[in-house]
Amino acid sequence: MSKKVILETRGLTKNFPMSSGKELPVLEDINIQVHEGEFLSILGPSGAGKSTLLRIMVGLTTPSKGEVLYHGEPLSKANPKIAMVFQSFALFPWLTVLENVELGLKSFGLAENIARGKSIAALDLVGLDGFEDAYPRELSGGMRQRVGIARALVIEPEILFMDEPFSALDILTADNLRGELADLWVKKKLPIKSIIFVTHNIDEAVFLSDRALILSHNPGKIKADISVELPYIRDKNSRDFKYIVDRIFTILTKPAEQIPFLLKKERYQFLPHTKVGAIAGLTELVHDKGDRVDISVLASELSMEVDDIFPLIEASVFLDFGEIKEGDFILTDRGKEFSEADTLKKKEIFKEAVLRNIQLINQIIQTLQSTSKHRISETFFTEILENHFTPDEAWQQLETAIDWGRYAEIFAYDYDTGELYLEKQG
Amino acid sequence: MLKVPIAIPVLPFRFKIIDLFILFFITGILSLIIYTASGWRYEMQPEIQISLDIKYIPLYSANSLVRVFFAYFLSLLFSIWYGYTANRSPLHEKIMIPLLDVLQSIPVLSFLPGVVLAMIAIFPHKRIGLELASILLIFTGQVWNMAFSYYNSINTIPRELIEVTKVFRHNRFTKFLHLDMPFSAIGLIWNSMMSVAGGWFFLMACEMFVLKDKDFRLLGLGSYIQTAANQGDMVHVLYGIGSMILLIVLIDFLIWRPLVAWSQKFRFETVQSEEERESIVLNILRKSSFVRMLTSFASFCLKKIEVFFEKFDSRVKTKSQIIRKIVFFILTIFVLILLLWASLKAIILFLTLSLSDYYSVFIAAIYSIFRTTAALFIAALWTIPLGVYIGMNTKASKILQPIIQIVASVPATAIFPVILLFLLKIGGGLGIGSIFLMLLGTQWYILFNVIAGASSIPQDLRETALIYKISGIQKWKTLILPGIFPYLLTGLITATGGAWNASIVSEYVTFGGETIKTKGLGSMISESTVTGNFGLLLLSTLLMAIIVVSINRIIWKRLFMLAQEKYRLD
Repeated sequence: MSKKVILETRGLTKNFPMSSGKELPVLEDINIQVHEGEFLSILGPSGAGKSTLLRIMVGLTTPSKGEVLYHGEPLSKANPKIAMVFQSFALFPWLTVLENVELGLKSFGLAENIARGKSIAALDLVGLDGFEDAYPRELSGGMRQRVGIARALVIEPEILFMDEPFSALDILTADNLRGELADLWVKKKLPIKSIIFVTHNIDEAVFLSDRALILSHNPGKIKADISVELPYIRDKNSRDFKYIVDRIFTILTKPAEQIPFLLKKERYQFLPHTKVGAIAGLTELVHDKGDRVDISVLASELSMEVDDIFPLIEASVFLDFGEIKEGDFILTDRGKEFSEADTLKKKEIFKEAVLRNIQLINQIIQTLQSTSKHRISETFFTEILENHFTPDEAWQQLETAIDWGRYAEIFAYDYDTGELYLEKQG
Repeated sequence: MLKVPIAIPVLPFRFKIIDLFILFFITGILSLIIYTASGWRYEMQPEIQISLDIKYIPLYSANSLVRVFFAYFLSLLFSIWYGYTANRSPLHEKIMIPLLDVLQSIPVLSFLPGVVLAMIAIFPHKRIGLELASILLIFTGQVWNMAFSYYNSINTIPRELIEVTKVFRHNRFTKFLHLDMPFSAIGLIWNSMMSVAGGWFFLMACEMFVLKDKDFRLLGLGSYIQTAANQGDMVHVLYGIGSMILLIVLIDFLIWRPLVAWSQKFRFETVQSEEERESIVLNILRKSSFVRMLTSFASFCLKKIEVFFEKFDSRVKTKSQIIRKIVFFILTIFVLILLLWASLKAIILFLTLSLSDYYSVFIAAIYSIFRTTAALFIAALWTIPLGVYIGMNTKASKILQPIIQIVASVPATAIFPVILLFLLKIGGGLGIGSIFLMLLGTQWYILFNVIAGASSIPQDLRETALIYKISGIQKWKTLILPGIFPYLLTGLITATGGAWNASIVSEYVTFGGETIKTKGLGSMISESTVTGNFGLLLLSTLLMAIIVVSINRIIWKRLFMLAQEKYRLD
């Protein structure tokens, strides 16, 4: 399911000149693809350059290096339909609510009555009908931000940028507005294709977005790219919600090296692409040949290339069923036991081997156990795997893990919904 | 909830008596401008005779009024242009802002020969040349603080508001109309009041002057007062002053007060402020259907301009950038050549001066430094206690503030002759007397700032002082002086510039056919203008600019930074 990329950043780097003449790196090598239909939030500690990143994506600030592409074209050449909602609301105090919204349409050169009609409609959408002639200073903070949102919506933007839009509001008002924004987004009341949302509030990000980018500090780099696959409208008290919040909190607070699920590519275990049946077949064959074979001889006997047979051997080694010595493949005791066992026993031995040795499967179990429904979409895992592998490879890794896990009856997989789930015990 | 009607209700246009008056006023002002302008085309008479007959006072006043406001609108346009240009790039800013500082420190009279000779050269034998010269002179006294105010305003617009105009792709005119203008309106209006007041202050010098021993005079209120003073005719001097004061009070009532009250809608703070300024005139204007029609017509025109800019801006963008670069390049070269030529001329001029000239300019500067310092000191001595009293006492402020405002609005130059007569009678020379004259021009800046400072000392700090029984010297040291410090400084900075500028008219006064002068940089400038000694004029102007700018840079700016860091109360 590859979606269309609307906005893309390539190698964005931003340095700010300091008084000493040196340059302070604020953002370093930021690569983001924003897809159609995505609600992306950018999270990070204060000073991580979140707002700077947003402003570069909008085109308000120029990057020191790198470029922003809008539908594949450089932003400066494109004529993007984008709007922005500001932290401080940024309303013009000398204009009425209606005039503030109409200001958004100025560059479209619409006839006066059309612009007015659109503006009133936008105000209705955010629940401000009746306040058209009020001045911003007569309104509460929450209502002011509604005006800010209406001003952005009135131009029917393709991408809506929001820079900490609710952080200047009190908790209750912010909660209220967040709920309404989620509602507008989910019910597709907006013509918007994507929202990019900067915040330092983890709850907010998990509540609203379906993908969260976490920036590290000093200089700002993308530390993690986490997809939030929870159904809207989200329940802040659910276990799934809390789990994701905890994860993001961990990512924000700990250095990357100390976070197990963010381990570097090289260190992440690579599963050879093999089916369990093939592994069983190999061990049985080797057992028949006296528990030790020369790998190249085996390959020619099976009329396979060594490269083709190697994943099988590798997988067996991974599972501790065999080892390689001087070009020979030797079964271990466990391997012998596995090859002799009947189907039920095989499953048991395999399950034990997998749980002891395979990182990805352990991770899947933990995740499934910690969510309340014990059910998670496969894309949740591929997104994590994409931090370590190419997207294609991530799929293959997960396919292998699913095959192994199903065989061992550790978890089940619903092909139709693409979800992994734990079967009910007993 | 009741739905508020959005469209402006179409009121039937009912003609009220007030509309007649307004129509009358507009017609009057228009014909005034045209009438006065039509006079400019006449051959310049060798010498215009200023009649002291009272019946001419309205005509003279009208002439002066048109001049002052013409100069004012010129200043407004210039300020907007200057503010934008200075904001265009860091390089522009680095050149143009210090330049403003220098220009501000140059007294009006130093511009006089250049402006007058240039205008007469362009329009030989026409009165229009002299008229334009006079307007330009008034302009040079008005423009700098307005330019600075506008630059400062558009420079302090919150970043997010500017980003709004960028994200929503507003064209330059939309940004100007909806953001830059409203945001700078309040500062610009206050500075306009100051500038026009400055125009009145130097009116006499700008309407009637001697250049290279040639008499130049224009019909106007300033020249009326000057002529009366020259003839020692105290009665007519007083008539002139009275008319001028009346004019100033009327303008305040009819123009500035309504403008200030109207500009309250441009306040930037988003909370409701408890103090609302009222203007009777504005309230009447708001009720008039005629004015409503006029404003809706104006907004219609503005919308048309916006639409025009929208098309224009998007079309010409790429082309105009190249053209702009070429124009900028040519202009830079032109300016460089001009500067080179001017400095060459200056060197030649300096060479004509003798060593004793340099010496006397130097001595004169010391005299003037002493005088301006003394004037500032005396001004501070009486304005601080009074200002603090008024500022901290709401009752006193209600009664005294309007009175002080009227007194302060009287251009000090106009009453110089009266004061001078008094000073000469009691036997003090102009050496001491000019200090007093400077004082008249500059003390108000300090007083108003001190009042503002004292009234902004937070109530809780005052109560704390009361609870801990801090009073007397202790209270001044711990509460009042730190509280008013930044405001006092602002007042002192403005007053320094004012005192130096006033030195040209207070150290050299013509009265009763006689010229009374005293040693000083100001009188040096005035005298060299009269005699046409341009080398001396240039040298003393240069020295004055250097002194004023250095005082600003070395003393005031540093203290100001200290004030911003240490004594800020917000």
